[in-house]
Amino acid sequence: MKIGLLHSLIRKEEKLLIAAFKNAGVEPIMIDDRQLIMDFHSAPDVDILVERSINHSRALHALRLFESAGVRCLNSHKVAQICGDKLLTTAALKDNGIAQPESRVAFTEESALTAIEELGYPVVLKPAVGSWGRLLSKINDRDAAETVLEHKTVLGSYHHSIFYIQQYIEKKGRDIRSFVIGDDCIAAIYRSSDHWITNTARGAVASKCEVSAEVAEISLAAAAAVGGGIVAVDLFESDDGLLVNEVNYTMEFRNSIDTTGVDIPQCVASYVIAQVAQ
Amino acid sequence: MGECPVCAAEVKLAADAIAGELLVCEDCGAELELKNLDPVVLDEAPAAEEDWGQ
Repeated sequence: MKIGLLHSLIRKEEKLLIAAFKNAGVEPIMIDDRQLIMDFHSAPDVDILVERSINHSRALHALRLFESAGVRCLNSHKVAQICGDKLLTTAALKDNGIAQPESRVAFTEESALTAIEELGYPVVLKPAVGSWGRLLSKINDRDAAETVLEHKTVLGSYHHSIFYIQQYIEKKGRDIRSFVIGDDCIAAIYRSSDHWITNTARGAVASKCEVSAEVAEISLAAAAAVGGGIVAVDLFESDDGLLVNEVNYTMEFRNSIDTTGVDIPQCVASYVIAQVAQ
Repeated sequence: MGECPVCAAEVKLAADAIAGELLVCEDCGAELELKNLDPVVLDEAPAAEEDWGQ
């Protein structure tokens, strides 16, 4: 069985996955995206590719070319494309009737300001492509809106002028990240912070969240909406129930193994091996 | 064992060290990348890019 592992820098997650595959009797074939050359016809000889690149852009394009060469990928290019772009994620969730915060998209400063005022303050302005909570802006009033929109227009690259505006959800200091592998929601954590951004990369603290029927149901639905596979789903607890904020296709889980008591990398390895065997 | 390219301290490698792995120099705190295992080559890890992480 030839399992390729597409990577760049080896983070703790990749080391844990490598160890999990070895425990299962499989030595993964390491494919460094920094050395990879694709010719549009062929790909490294693997039965399946597990995508673990740290760069979204490299992952997205490499997955397309691996699939074009006939290699099955986990996650697929389609999943990476949808999850890597908040507009596409929102559209996929909407198409599948999954609860999420209200959001708007606008393409100019003027229309973005109008959209913000329609939604009502506060709102969160997000880059359509971004992660680790970077460049998120919580906008509390018109002065802040005008300032941030002008800065993004003048200083940002073109994709910062695609304004993705989300209703601010008062989440009482925490959100939920759930982990979905195939048809199972295997674990979940709370991410708690005094800051409104509750990303562990920004200092939020992880604690165990029981996988209730409600968490499992919306997490599995969100995963299916983006194409399924191995994903982490970010959820807000609102007065109207759980809302899906984002779906992550190259999930980070180093803070969630001891916290949940679930061997997430082993679950991933078992799932991948089972997929090859099918 | 490698040498930190920032502060020249000795950096111990784990038995399961892998080329491409991120390490932290215990002396100066620099984030390092293990570029090669034999011979050991350490370099400063690249700065986080805009499309990193999830």
